[in-house]
Formats: sequence, structure tokens, C-alpha cells
Amino acid sequence: MDAQEITRYGDALYAAMTGRTTIAPLTTTSPDISIDDAYLISRHFLERRLAAGERLVGKKIGVTSKAVMTMLNVHQPDFGYLTDRMMYATGAEVPASSTLIAPRAEGEIAFVLKRDLRGPGVTNADVIRATEFVMPCFEIVDSRITDWKIKIADTIADNASCGVVVMGDRAVRPTDVDLSTCGIVVTLNGEIISTGAGAAALGSPVNCVTWLANTLGARGIALEAGEVILSGSLVPLQPVKPGDNMHLALGGIGQCAVRFT
Amino acid sequence: MTLDKDTIAKLAARLEAAERNREPLTKITDEYPALDYEDAYAIQDTIRASKLAAGVRVTGLKAGLTSQAKMRQMNVTEPVFGFLTDQGAYPDGGEVPFDKFIAPRIEAEIALVTHTELRGPGCHLAQVLAATDFVLPAVEILDSRYRDFKFDLVSVVADNTSAAGFVAGGRPRRVNELDLPTLGLVVEKNGQVVETAAAAAVLGHPATSVAMLANNLARRGQVIPAGTFIMTGGITAAISIARGDAITVRIQELGSVSLRFA
Repeated sequence: MDAQEITRYGDALYAAMTGRTTIAPLTTTSPDISIDDAYLISRHFLERRLAAGERLVGKKIGVTSKAVMTMLNVHQPDFGYLTDRMMYATGAEVPASSTLIAPRAEGEIAFVLKRDLRGPGVTNADVIRATEFVMPCFEIVDSRITDWKIKIADTIADNASCGVVVMGDRAVRPTDVDLSTCGIVVTLNGEIISTGAGAAALGSPVNCVTWLANTLGARGIALEAGEVILSGSLVPLQPVKPGDNMHLALGGIGQCAVRFT
Repeated sequence: MTLDKDTIAKLAARLEAAERNREPLTKITDEYPALDYEDAYAIQDTIRASKLAAGVRVTGLKAGLTSQAKMRQMNVTEPVFGFLTDQGAYPDGGEVPFDKFIAPRIEAEIALVTHTELRGPGCHLAQVLAATDFVLPAVEILDSRYRDFKFDLVSVVADNTSAAGFVAGGRPRRVNELDLPTLGLVVEKNGQVVETAAAAAVLGHPATSVAMLANNLARRGQVIPAGTFIMTGGITAAISIARGDAITVRIQELGSVSLRFA
């Protein structure tokens, strides 16, 4: 893909997000799109947001579960960017009907960094050392691609299908919790809809952050002190609609709640 | 109750023979479609009495079909209860003879041991927690005496809820130190993660299944004696086992338990 096409797609995705519309899958309109092209589009999509006054606050890791890998027929994760406009606090009302297109909720562990992580060569020990604390969070994914008809390049270009993030209010040091057995219980309107554990994301959420640090390192990008890193969903995606309320509890870490309007 | 004493004895003997000879049956409701819960528990109690008479020790109680995943898998809405014996007790980290079973499956669970008697009706979660000495991780080995695990609720109750064995181990903990429902669980088969879940998948709280067990026993004039080992029910869907499979279950705060089928 040439630079012009990358810019055009990045602009189209930005316009789709702000206008709450969708575009056809990029893998349909440009079947030759590569993973690298997709990340360049994602980067341009981000540049548009930053130019509009948003601030980069972190990154997200996606496609970490076997189920999603099978669905997209890929065997490695992907990543996207988090901006301040995307962040909500636990108990918040997320105005899905006026800001999102086809939202789905995921339960995750967020890492908050106190030191930069610059791959390649980053290990799990480096990640633990660089992590100030972990927190519970919902990631509300959304797709600017029509009807979520995504292949891996589509979701990468579309900022890893990130919508908004709801952060819990409790933080735990990564040395105080076993992140691979850490349990998660998700309720929708008071009913338990899924449970899981940290190992659902590449065997451990720590593995996910290590993967991201090394993958971004290869692209010359660091994970920076103060950033929030979403380590990947531990449960299946749950479509949500206005009126829904959701809650999650992470064993030994804390809780997070969100309502959709 | 729809069956007479002789029929109950006959069906119990048939199920025991199926277990002994590893020759699976078709579900007994095919022949006795009116068979109800009471009949089914009467058959299970007859099997239990027969085992006790033969010198087998009852080593604990179990709940089954307690997780949403399991209930979906079996298309049922309420748990079932059975008993465990020393014939099916295996050590943590030990070898389990694959040939002892028809088509074994395993489930990962939280087990508990009581220090006080629990008596229904009206037994509830807080009473169960008050009566609990400690909790520990456990793996249940299931083996239906019905071909291909094809059964309905009453047939599986008669078959002692497919109970075939168990391994307990890990790190026992006091319940007041734990938030039981949010404890995470990871099942690995031959080194690969095959299931992840949290304990809330068992009726919202694993102690709930013990309260329901006490209330179920009360209807049959029984109690849960002090010192009883109770498997609270599978947290994940049952996992099929082949010869040579090694299973490790890790539970948050409770350590791990493992076994292999040789």
C-alpha cells in the first residue's frame, strides 16, 4: 500500500468513528493489505485523534484468547492505542447510543507502568519490574468495520477494535497476586454470564505485556512509564446495549462496573 | 416413587455390574420412563449400601452438574448429588489406571472438609462456611456407566452421578481468608491450558452447592456429618481423557493438584 492509500484509510476510519458509521472491510476493498499496512493505517488513525486534541495514555493488546485467534485464523495477538478520550472510571455511564457503533464488553487486567519498557529482549521479569500495579478494567470494543466482518488486518487498522475503557478503583502490585490463576467473574444485569482466569490470555497476562513490549520494540515504539496497558480479554466478548449494566470482579485485585445508556 | 423394592435392587445391581465389568448400559429411563428422583436416589442409596456391605469405605460426598457450562452441556437446570469411595481415591501427583474406567472424564473443583455437622432443611451458605474446616483443590474423575455419557437427570442420579474417583491436594486454606467466588482456576492437559474459569461458575458460590446437598439429604433423612470431604461440583465443562493424559489444575490461592492416566 502506498502512503496515500494508508492516509485515506486512516482518515476513513477516523471519520467512521466520529460519525458513528462503518466502512467496508479493508480486506475486501484492498485484498492485498498487509499486517504492516494495517499498523500504519492504525497509526494514522491515532494521529488524527491526537491532532484533534486527544492524548495518548496507553496501549491495548488484542486477539490473546484461543477463541478469538481461531475466529480470525491468526496465531498471534495485535495491539492498538488508548487515548484520554476513551477512558472512563468504574460506575460510569458509557453513552453507547451516542458514541459507539456495535459495542461488546471484555473483562481484562490493566497494567500501569512505572518505567519504560523497550523491546526487543524484554522478559516477564522486566515487565513485573516495570509494572507499578495492576487494576481491573472493562474494555468496550467496537468496530468501525461494517457488522464486525473483520479479518486480522481489518481489526489492526481499526485500532484493534478498541472503543472505550472503564477502569476499576483498586490497584495491586504485580508481586502480590498470581496473575495466571487470577479469577474473573462477569455479570450482565445481575446474572453471571462468564468466568475465566488469567491463563486465558496467552497463558498469563504478563506474557501478553512482554509480547507487546517486544513487538512494539521491533517497530521502534516503547511502552512508557505511566501508560495503561490492557493485557487482553479473559472472557468471551459480550454484546451490550443501552440499559445494560455490567460488573466484573478479579480475584485478589478488585472490581469494576459500567452502565450503558 | 414409581418403582418397587425389587426393581430398585435389580437396577442397582445392574449399575454395579456395569461399573465392575466396565460394560456400559443404556440409560435406565429407556426401560422405566416414569422413574423419578426418589427412585433414582433410592437406587443410588442401594448401591451405596451394597458397597458398604462389601467393605468399601465412603470417603466423601459430591455435587454434580453445578456449573453453567456443565448444565448447558447436560441440558439440565439443577445439581445432583452422589458419594465418593476409597476405591476411587488417588494421591495428588499420582498415577490413575486408565483401564479401570469405561471412558473417563475429569472436572476441576473446589473441595471442602467440614468440622461441624450440617443438617437441612433450611441449610444456607453462611452455615456451610461456618461449618467448613478448610477448602482445597480437587479433581474429580467421572465415568458414566451409561454408554457415551448418554443419560438424563434421573438416570445419572441412579448411577451415583458418574462418580468414579478423585484426587485432592494443593494448599488447604481457611474460607475466611478467601473470596471463594472470584478464585480463578486453570486446567492444563499435557501442559496446555484447556479451561479457565472462576469458582463463581458453581451456582455463584461453591458453598451454595453444599447447602443444597444438605437440604437434599434432609429429604432422605440424612445429614452431612462433621469431618465430611465434599467436592462442590465441576467449575468447568468435563474434559475427556485418553490414556497417557496428564492433568494439572491450578487454583488461585489454593495451589495445584495433578494426576496422570497410565
